[in-house]
Formats: sequence, structure tokens, C-alpha cells
Amino acid sequence: MNRRLFFIAAAAFVAMLGVSAEVRAAEPMKVSASFSILGDMVKQVGGDRVEVFTFVGPNGDAHVYEPTPADAKELSESKILFINGLGLEGWMTRLEKSSGFKGTVVTASNGITPRKMVEDEKTVTDPHAWQDLANGKIYVANIRDALIAADPGGKATYEANAQKFLDGITQMDTTVKQAIAKLPPERRKIITTHDAFGYFGAAYGMEFIAPEGVSTESEASAKDVAKIITQIKKEKIPAVFLENVTDSRLLDQIAKETGAKIGGTLYSDALSPADGPAGTYLDMFHNNIETMSAALSS
Amino acid sequence: MIHAIIDPFVEFAFMRRALVGCFALSLGAPPVGVFLVLRRLSLMGDAMSHAILPGAAIGFLVAGLSVPAMSLGGFIAGIAVVLLAGVVTRSTILREDASLAAFYLVSLALGVLIVSVKGSSIDLLHVLFGTVLALDDTALILIAAIATSTMLILAVIYRPLVLECFDPNFLSSVSRLSTPTHFLFLVLVVLNLVGGFQALGTLMVVGIMLLPAITARFWAQDISNMILVAVAAAFASSLIGLLVSYYANLPSGPAIILMAGAGYLISVLIGAQGGLLWQLMPRRHLEA
Repeated sequence: MNRRLFFIAAAAFVAMLGVSAEVRAAEPMKVSASFSILGDMVKQVGGDRVEVFTFVGPNGDAHVYEPTPADAKELSESKILFINGLGLEGWMTRLEKSSGFKGTVVTASNGITPRKMVEDEKTVTDPHAWQDLANGKIYVANIRDALIAADPGGKATYEANAQKFLDGITQMDTTVKQAIAKLPPERRKIITTHDAFGYFGAAYGMEFIAPEGVSTESEASAKDVAKIITQIKKEKIPAVFLENVTDSRLLDQIAKETGAKIGGTLYSDALSPADGPAGTYLDMFHNNIETMSAALSS
Repeated sequence: MIHAIIDPFVEFAFMRRALVGCFALSLGAPPVGVFLVLRRLSLMGDAMSHAILPGAAIGFLVAGLSVPAMSLGGFIAGIAVVLLAGVVTRSTILREDASLAAFYLVSLALGVLIVSVKGSSIDLLHVLFGTVLALDDTALILIAAIATSTMLILAVIYRPLVLECFDPNFLSSVSRLSTPTHFLFLVLVVLNLVGGFQALGTLMVVGIMLLPAITARFWAQDISNMILVAVAAAFASSLIGLLVSYYANLPSGPAIILMAGAGYLISVLIGAQGGLLWQLMPRRHLEA
């Protein structure tokens, strides 16, 4: 008898918990994003209605990352996990399984046309799709739809935020195109540390050459380095650029040997901290195009 | 043929630097390796390479990718582990390998912890794997200085060190040089690991220290000849490894160490001193 009473009380308590959860809907929805660029996009679209947790923070390398228990905890509390996909976050599958994550996984790059590239005689998919602003728009649309699906009450907010963000992207697209149009065509060549700008190059007519492959995990061979040095000398490539996520020692040596100047730092796979030059997705493009223009136009 | 060997080095400064760096390393590390092998401390090189991690990590966090800071940090950490292990060994019942194992494991864990807590922007593994293709002037001078001092110090402590290898009890009974010799030798081990990790990375540098030394055991009987063979083997592995990396498009550090490994395997088979091939040859006194 007593036991039945206990169960009834317990059931009532659980039901009340459910009700109070409904009431507390004003609290922001928790979501996770795999790396800083994606995290910023989700923040722009979600606004105050979502709280975004980002695994690989500013200046962090999303190709190789070791999740911490705090990451697993945040992930298990999230309703949505946003990933880039295209093989960028190899470490995510394990984390997803071990954290007991029960929400939806949204691949932000869904619907873009992936670039394939040949690397060491193997065809690999280039994951850096966000470096083309047209793809950025697809990312934003995917994020907006996912947020609306998880939180229909915020539909109007998400749509308005997304529209504002999309307008910003369109504007930046024009800025980038104009800046590159000003550069002499024979100088539209850039050396960077790893192959992160394939989409950027294809979209805006710029050639990027890198000693490391599309993932920062690979180590350069003497042949790769020799090929790049020969190419810089032969094609008189004016500048090499460092990236915020990779080791710069190799590029320093290449610059010294070829006489090419070091044009500055490009943000490829991660944003800078909020007070840095590339704290958001759009600032990143702004910084990169300014850096390239300054080094290549002179 | 000769052109195929020389041309990459004539054409590219980075190849010359890599070769010079590896040659300098090959002058210092393999002789130290020979003594490690003879004293049955082959695995200590591996342990010590991990022990320098926290120091290198702190150097990296304080000064970024600075060769002097990371080397100094690594050196201090390595010496600390060696000294602590030595003190514990000489004052308790523990053997040297056990106390070294204890201290290097603590040191390694500390290193990983420091790296993770600080959440460095560049994956430290890249730093630990080294970049022989990106040796700048500072790194080259450091490696050369370490090679020079290694050879000088080895020359000074050569006799007691040889004695210590074969009969440490005898040495300590006739001379008080036993303990200082031993510590000076361990300092050399740490120095060479620190120097090599700029070029090959902490994991690979153990390879250039030990593989040529182990190889040499199959070709020479006395220590001075073993050292010569070890240095020659290290030179050959460096040169061939770099060329393989250049022509076959393979990462340079592993290519160099694999060449040293190939040299070892060949020596196991046909080495003049106890190679398998000679053992398999029918010998008269074994016949029925």
C-alpha cells in the first residue's frame, strides 16, 4: 500500500518536473559546434535563444583534437551537435558515442559540392568548404533549418537572424571579388602551410599551393618542399602566408630560401580570439582578403 | 648516379641544412648510443626522450616555438629526472631502471597535462615529431654545439666510462670517478636527445642514437671500432633517408630512421660478428 503511494507520488513529481521544464523554455537552448568558425555561425543565427558550446576554440586545429571530459559533458547536454563533415572532425564520432549524446547531429556542409583533390595518388575530399562564401550561405541555411526544427517557437527570430547574416555574407562576397579583381592576374598565387584554401581559390580565382596536405596531420616530404621551392622560383610567386593553426617553421625556411616575403597570417581553420583580427566568420574573410591584397598588390 | 645523389643538395638549401643537421647529430648521438647498448641501457634512451617532454612543453608555452627555450626546458627536465633517479638508486634498494621508469612516467604525464591544460593552439605532437626540413640557423648551431661538446666530454671520460661499462664495481673500488662519470654520461644522453628533437622529434631521435649503435655491434669487437661503425652507419642512414624522402616523396624523419632500421636488419643477417648467416653455415665441430 505504502509502496503504491510512493509510486504515485514519484510519478506526480516527475510530471511536475516535465511541466516546469516547459515553463523554463525561456532559457537558451544548448547546442554544440565542433570548431570556432561553425560555432560563430550558429551564434549569429541562434542569437540569444541558443547557448553555443564550441569544442575546438580560437586558433585551435580541428583536424586533430583530443576531447576532454568537460567536452563530453557539454555534448551530452546539447540538443543539437553541429559538425562540418567532409572528414574534418575525425575525432568526433568517438566522442559522440562515449558521451551518450541523444540529440540531432547536423552536418552543416550538407548540400555543398565537395572538392576532391589528389593527394599522394589518393583522392581525398577537401573539408574546408566554409572558405567559399557561397558555401557559407548553405551552412547558414542548414543551421537555421536545424534550429527551427529543434525549437519551432523561435522560428521568426532564427529566420530574421539568418537573413541578416546572409546579407552580410553577400556583401563580403562582393568585397572579396572586388579586392581580387584589383590584383594583377599573374600575382594571384599564394603559398600557405596546409591546403586549406581550395574552395576559396576555386571561387575567387586564386591559386594556393601548400607543402602539407588538406589535413594538418600529414608530414611534408623533401620532395614536396623541393617542388614548392622550384615553383616559387619559376613562377616568381611574391609572398608566402602563415596560418594561425599550423607550425610556421617550414614556411619560414621556404621563404628564406626563395626570397619570397612572408605576407602575414591567414585564418583558415579557426577564428582568432574575440578581440583578435578574425573573431567572427565575416571578420575572418575581411582579415584574409586585406592581408592577401596588401602582400600581393605591392 | 652520382648526380642523383648530389643534385638535390646542390639545388636546395633546405636539403643541405637537413644533411648538415643530421651529420652533426650522427657525430654525437651514436657514440653515446654505443655506451648505452654496452651498459644494457638501450631502453633508457626511449625513457629519457619522454622525460624531456614537460620541460620542452613549458618552454613552448613560455616562449612559443623557440628553439633555445624548448631545448633549455627539455634539458632541465631531463637532468632533473636523471638526477632524481640516480639519487634514489644510490640511496635505496631500487635498481636504476626501476627508478628511471618511475620518474620518466611521472615526467611524461606532467608534460601531457601541461600541454592539455594550456590548450595550445598548435598541436604539440607536431613539435615533438620535429621538422628536419625546417632547420634554421639557431637549431643548426645548437645541434653542432651539442655534437662538439659530446665528443670532447666523451674523450675526457672515455677510460673510466669503458671501465664502468665492463666492471663498475672494479672502477668504484679503485677510483672515485665512478659516480661523476656516470652522471656526466647521463648528461650527454639528455643533451643529445634535446639536440636531436629539434631535427627529428623526441620519438625519432632515439632511433638515430641507438639503431646505428646496435648495428655496430654486429661489425666491430672493440669499443672504438664500434663507435666508428656507428657514426658511419648514422651518416649513411641520414644521407640515404633524405634522398629517399626526396625521390620517393616520403616524410624525412621516419625515412632516416627506417634506413637505420634497414641497416640493422641487414647486419643481423650478415653481420661479421655473430650474424645469423654465419651461424647457419655448417661448422665442422657441429657435425655428427
